Order: sequence, then structure tokens, then C-alpha cells
Amino acid sequence: MTTNIRYKSRIPIKSDETPEEKQYVGFATLPNQVHRKSVKKGFDFTLMVAGESGMGKSTLVNSLFLTDLYKDRKLLNAEERINQTVEIIKHTVDIEEKGVKLKLTIVDTPGFGDAVNNNECWKPITDYIDQQFEQYFRDESGLNRKNIQDNRVHCCLYFIPPFGHGLRPVDVEFMKALHEKVNVVPLIAKADCLTPNEIKKLKDRVREEIERFGIKVYQFPECDSDEDEEFKQLDKELKECCPLAVIGSNTVVEARGQRVRGRLYPWGIVEVENQSHCDFVKLRNMLIRSHMHDLKDVTCDVHYENYRAQCIQDMTRYVKLTQDNRMESPIPILPLSTPDVETDRLIKMKDEEVNCYVIMGNITYTG
Amino acid sequence: MAATDVDIFSNEEKRNLSLGGHVGFDSLPDQLVSKSVTQGFCFNILCVGETGIGKSTLMNTLFNTMFENEEASHYQNGVCMRPRTYDLQESNVHLKLTIVDTVGFGDQINKEESYKPIVDYIDTQFENYLQEELKIKRSLFNYHDGRVHICLYFIAPTGHSLKSLDLVTMKKLDSKVNIIPIIAKADTISKSELHKFKIKIMSELVSNGVQIYQFPTDDHAVTEINSSMNAHLPFAVVGSVEEVKVGNKTVRARQYPWGVVQVENESHCDFVKLREMLIRVNMEDLREQTHARHYELYRRCKLEEMGFTDTDPDCQPFSLQETYEAKRKEFMGDLQKKEEEMRQMFVNKVKETEAELKEKERELHNKFEQLKHMHQEEKRKVEEKRRDLEEEMNAFNRRKVAAETLSLAQPLKKDKDKKKSVKTENQSGVSLSNSKVMMAKASVEPLKCDSWWQAIQCCTCLVHNATWKQGLF
Repeated sequence: MTTNIRYKSRIPIKSDETPEEKQYVGFATLPNQVHRKSVKKGFDFTLMVAGESGMGKSTLVNSLFLTDLYKDRKLLNAEERINQTVEIIKHTVDIEEKGVKLKLTIVDTPGFGDAVNNNECWKPITDYIDQQFEQYFRDESGLNRKNIQDNRVHCCLYFIPPFGHGLRPVDVEFMKALHEKVNVVPLIAKADCLTPNEIKKLKDRVREEIERFGIKVYQFPECDSDEDEEFKQLDKELKECCPLAVIGSNTVVEARGQRVRGRLYPWGIVEVENQSHCDFVKLRNMLIRSHMHDLKDVTCDVHYENYRAQCIQDMTRYVKLTQDNRMESPIPILPLSTPDVETDRLIKMKDEEVNCYVIMGNITYTG
Repeated sequence: MAATDVDIFSNEEKRNLSLGGHVGFDSLPDQLVSKSVTQGFCFNILCVGETGIGKSTLMNTLFNTMFENEEASHYQNGVCMRPRTYDLQESNVHLKLTIVDTVGFGDQINKEESYKPIVDYIDTQFENYLQEELKIKRSLFNYHDGRVHICLYFIAPTGHSLKSLDLVTMKKLDSKVNIIPIIAKADTISKSELHKFKIKIMSELVSNGVQIYQFPTDDHAVTEINSSMNAHLPFAVVGSVEEVKVGNKTVRARQYPWGVVQVENESHCDFVKLREMLIRVNMEDLREQTHARHYELYRRCKLEEMGFTDTDPDCQPFSLQETYEAKRKEFMGDLQKKEEEMRQMFVNKVKETEAELKEKERELHNKFEQLKHMHQEEKRKVEEKRRDLEEEMNAFNRRKVAAETLSLAQPLKKDKDKKKSVKTENQSGVSLSNSKVMMAKASVEPLKCDSWWQAIQCCTCLVHNATWKQGLF
């Protein structure tokens, strides 16, 4: 990454320079200070993976972070899965690279879409996300805010099976239930069963269906105009590739004289990090190298704020309700314009009648 | 006697005789073959699997032709069966092939009812055949047999195990149809994963008691190949209709950036094995099994349901005729009972309605009486009031007449009084009070007199707002 090069510290040079340089204040070193502080503090990131079992979620996570998070996993049999409920399992690891510490939490959702009846199978997941928001909300509003643990989910990778012709009803329902609570990044799993033509067709199909059903997936932010061309090009490519077709692998094979992560078939070797084989590299770059912080920002600024606003609204409505206990209906009483108008009219009518009588009386008596 | 002779003969074992020369009945199988070739063959395949798993492509690949197929959508409300019949010919053998597709299988969020349409379809085919068999005038010769001979169950290549839906569906189907499970889109599983996957699937099927079709090993011509194939179940297949040039040949294959998966290469996938087993070796056995095992099971269950048994409580064989008669009598009895019941119900209902109507009539009558009374009362009261009013009017008239005569008798006296009183009352506003004065305008409130003129002259009637004018009086 070019980060280090960009923010090299600059020591202010004194005395023998031109007047303009004498004006040098020095806050250009701020990015450098931020960099230093953040390295010291360390980062945290929570990633959720969701999809049916057998889509390669664990393999992909292992490939992404080059660790083996799922060493002693026990998979259920088919008959045990008939009535399976969705669980939420968290794995937390601390990894370090060049002095930068990352506390990575992977939230796994085993059992999603595995039962025969999958009605509302996403409910435990949405409940979990809401719980994390609620926890953070409480901590934020508390008195002692020194050690707030941020467990909010920053990104949800949703694995779409490549065996179908597009999105299935359960995919649509899941993404719609989650798109306002978390950044949803759809991926096409096990992309090594699709030829390049088929991948293109499926991506177009999925993109079109996402738009048709109004699912708000995570949008990459627009590039600033002063970014370099290379970055802009990468960004454009990334946007066109969505949803990304990925392949994961737990094994290292020998291909073209090198040892690479890949899958060995009788007809060839699929290299996970080969850009012409799949979009794994793009995913890794996007998730870890360029957009990790943006994902966190969107979670804090958009999803969490939405949740918070909703929460506060609900609370005030509830308070108002409990105050106005004597009212029967929870709906605030509107000004009674309609009955007043009626009474007015009646009064006017009666007035007119009386006047009539008076006038009639006068006429009769004056004769 | 002759009878005992016959008995003795029927208890003897049949004896093997050796022939003296060539008789020629070894051509019987050939006669059979030529007969069936002229008749044509019929085969029905049911493909069960998720949408997009490759059912249509595999059928196209197996039979090396393009059956017409539209891509199914994922958003069907339920599973529907789509049978299509094709006529194929190879050499001089005609095949009437019916491919039944399960559209929408595995797409719904709640898949508890997904197996029902499939089971219903299979049962319907059995039922149709049974009906045809039980007909009095039947033509089984010409009958288009729609019974499903083989169910290809497509398993998704997750690499872990069967899905819960697969297990539930296969359990429901295994007693009705021959099932061959196949792993679809097998080019996404590597060899080692495939081995583990197959073992897992078979162990799950066995532990749940699912009976899949075993290739027959009793016919020694095909024993060897069949038993080795049995070990390769479930077959991992790849289907493709596109042709790719590999070396100097053009084969059906799938082209990837990392290699080419050849459909007919045995080291790439088990397609060739499937084709061998399904079409080239065991097609006839599948049809037999369907008829001898699955259909017979269905038939037995159905007839037992209807009340037929093979033996009565004393273990004497029943004749179908007697059973039939008994059933018929029972049925007629039932019908009669039902008729009686309905008649009873009808009579009861009529009675009830009559009673209701009578009640209503009585009520109406009462009401009418009441109203009449009220009417009479009112009339009487009105009459009384009228009489009172008339009396009052008469009295008033008499008084009026009396008053008029009185006023006419003393007009002058009253005028003089009036003038004087007028004077005393209006001294402030009138300067010419002793001369003739005329009333130009006045608003008067007559309390006793009939007209304003009289009221002015009367002392008791009130005068408001009078304006005076000079003039002759």
C-alpha cells in the first residue's frame, strides 16, 4: 500500500529558507500523527459470513486471512439438519502485520437455510445485529465511556450458490431483512463450477435481480478526483465486477513451478489468487486493503445512526404513552374541528330562524 | 382310477429330458425380441433436483439431442411436474421417452410440502395403470405406460453431505420408484473431496434406511460390471452440449480458464458409467423392477384399502367374484342409509321452517291489533279536542258580537275622551295640539281592538312611535 510512502514524516527545516517556507506551520504532519496513534491503538473488524452450508464460507475465510479458524469443526448430518435452527458463533483472532494489530472477529451462522422449513431463518441473525447495536448504544450513553467494546458487525458476506439461475427467494428475503442493518456484500460462491460466460451471465442476472427487488447492497464510495489513475481504474473495475465470484482453498498446490493456494483437478489447477480464474484477489483488496475502514464508517454513520434514531423515537413515543394514561387510544387526540363546525352551523341556523320569527312578528303587528 | 392317476402325476417332480435333435425353440428369445422391436419401447425418467442444477443439460447430454427446454424461474410458489414425451429412434429401435421435470423444487422458503407433488404424480401413474388393468374391456397392449421407471435424484455438490430436503424426499420416494442418486455439477469437487463426499452420502442413506436402486447382480452376463458400478454410487456427473477441441478431436466438454472438463473422460467424471448403467445395460431391468416391485406394492396397498383380501379368516382362497358381490351389497346398503338420512333431514327442516313461519304470523297479527287500538284511541282524542275547539270558537264569536254592539252604541263619548287624553299625553312634541291634528304614522300595539284606528281611540291599547302632522281632522 502506498500509505507509508504518502505520510512520511517531515521535519520542519529552519532558518535558511525562503519566506514562504518560513510560513510553514506544520499541521501537514497530522496524518502522520493519526497513523502513529492508530497503530498504537490497533484496529478491530467484525465480519459476518452467511449462506447455506457447503458454500465454502469457512474455506474462504481461511483463504482471506491465511489462518485456519475452523480446526475442530463438527458438521451435522442431514437428518440432524431437518429442523435445524440458526446459531451464531463468534471466532476472535488477533493478527499482526508490520506492527499493525488487528482484532478480527468472524461471526458464523451455521444452519442458515439448511432446514426443510426455512421460514424466518434470518431472525436470529437480525436479532444478533440489533443486540450489538443496542449494546453499543447503551455503552455510548453510559457514564464511563473509556473502554467501549465495538462488537457491531461491519460487513456481511452473503454467499449465493452458483448452481441456480440467479437469486432464490431465500436469498432475496435474507438480503432484504439485512440491508438496512449491515453492509451486505453478495458473493458468488464456488465459482469454479462456472465457465467465464456463465459467470458473466449469472452476475448480470444477480445484479438485475438485486435492483429489481430493491436490495441495497454495499456501494463502493466514489473516488476523489485527486486520486491517482491506477486507483480510479481499480475502483471502476471493482464496481463492474459486483457481485464477486470467489473460490477458496485450504490447500497449497504446485502450479507452474510455484506453490500457490489452489484446488487440484484432473483437468487443471485452479489458482485462488489468479485474477483470470476468480475475483478472490479483488475481494481481498476491497475488504482488507482499501475499504475496510469505509465499511466501518458506513456501519457507524449510517446503519448505527438509523438504529439509534429509531430507538430514540420509539422511546419517546413510549414515554408519551405512559404519561397520558387516561387516554384510551394511543393516537394523540386531534383538534375537534369537525364537531365545532357542526355546532356553529346549527347555532347559525337557529339564529336565522329566530330572526325570521321576529321579523315575521314585526310585520304582522305593524300590518 | 383316472382321478388318482392324475393326482399322482401332479405330485411328481418335473423331469428333465434331453433332446434327440434340434427342435428350434431356442429361437423363442429372438421372436420375443422382434415382437418388442416392432412394438417399440417405452421409458419414463423422473428428474428431481433444484432449479439450475443441470437436469435438462444432463438429459440432453445422455441422449445426445436437444430436448426443448426453457430455463425455469426460481420464484414458483410450489413444485409442479412437467412431463414431456419424445419419440427417439436408434437403428431400428423406437423409444418413446418421457422426461418428467420437477419445476421449482427446492426454491421455496418452506419446503415441507415439496415432496407431495412428486409422490402424487407417481401414484397417479400407478392408479391409471391399475384402472386399465381392472377394466372389463382392456387393451394393455396399446396402453401408453406412464409409470415412472427411474428417478434420477440430483444432489448439489456441497462437499459435506446430503441436504435435509434430499433426505426427506428420498425417503418418501424410495418405496415408489427406483432411485439413482447422482452428484450434479461434479466439476466443482476435487478427487479427494469427491471420495469423502460419496462415502458420506452413502452412509447417510444407509443409516436412514433409504432404498436406492441396486444394479442387479443375478444375471451372470452383467454381474461383474454391475457390482463394480454399485460401488461407484452415487455417480458424479458433468453435463455439456458444447463441443470443445481437445488435441485433434472435438468432444463434448466444458472450457475453463484452467482446463477443459471432458464429459466422456472417465477420469474426469462418471458420466460414461451412468450412461452405461442407465441405458445400455439395465434399462429393461428398471422397467421390470418398476412393474414387479413398485407397482405390485402399490396395487396391493390399494386393493387392501378397498377391502379385498386374498384369503378369508379360514385361510380358504376367496374368489374375486364373491368379494366383489359382498362389496357391492355393502355399497348399496350404504347408499340406502344415506338416502334415508337425507330424507329425514329434509323432513325435519321443513317442519322447523313451518313452525317458524307460524310464529311469525302470530306476531304480525298481534302487532296489527295493537296498532288498530292505538289508532282508535287517537281518533277519539282528536274528536274530543275538535269539540272543545268548536265550543271555544262559538263562545268567542258571541263575545265579539256583544262587544261590537257595545262599541257602536257609544262612539262620540269615546272620541272626546280620546282627544283630551291625547293632548295631555303629547304636550312636549306638539305645538298645535288644540287645532286639528292628523296621525301620519304610528305603530300601535292593539290589545283589545281589531284595527289600529280603533286602537288609537281606545285608552288601553298602546301607541308607539306616533308622528303628528298638521291638518284637518
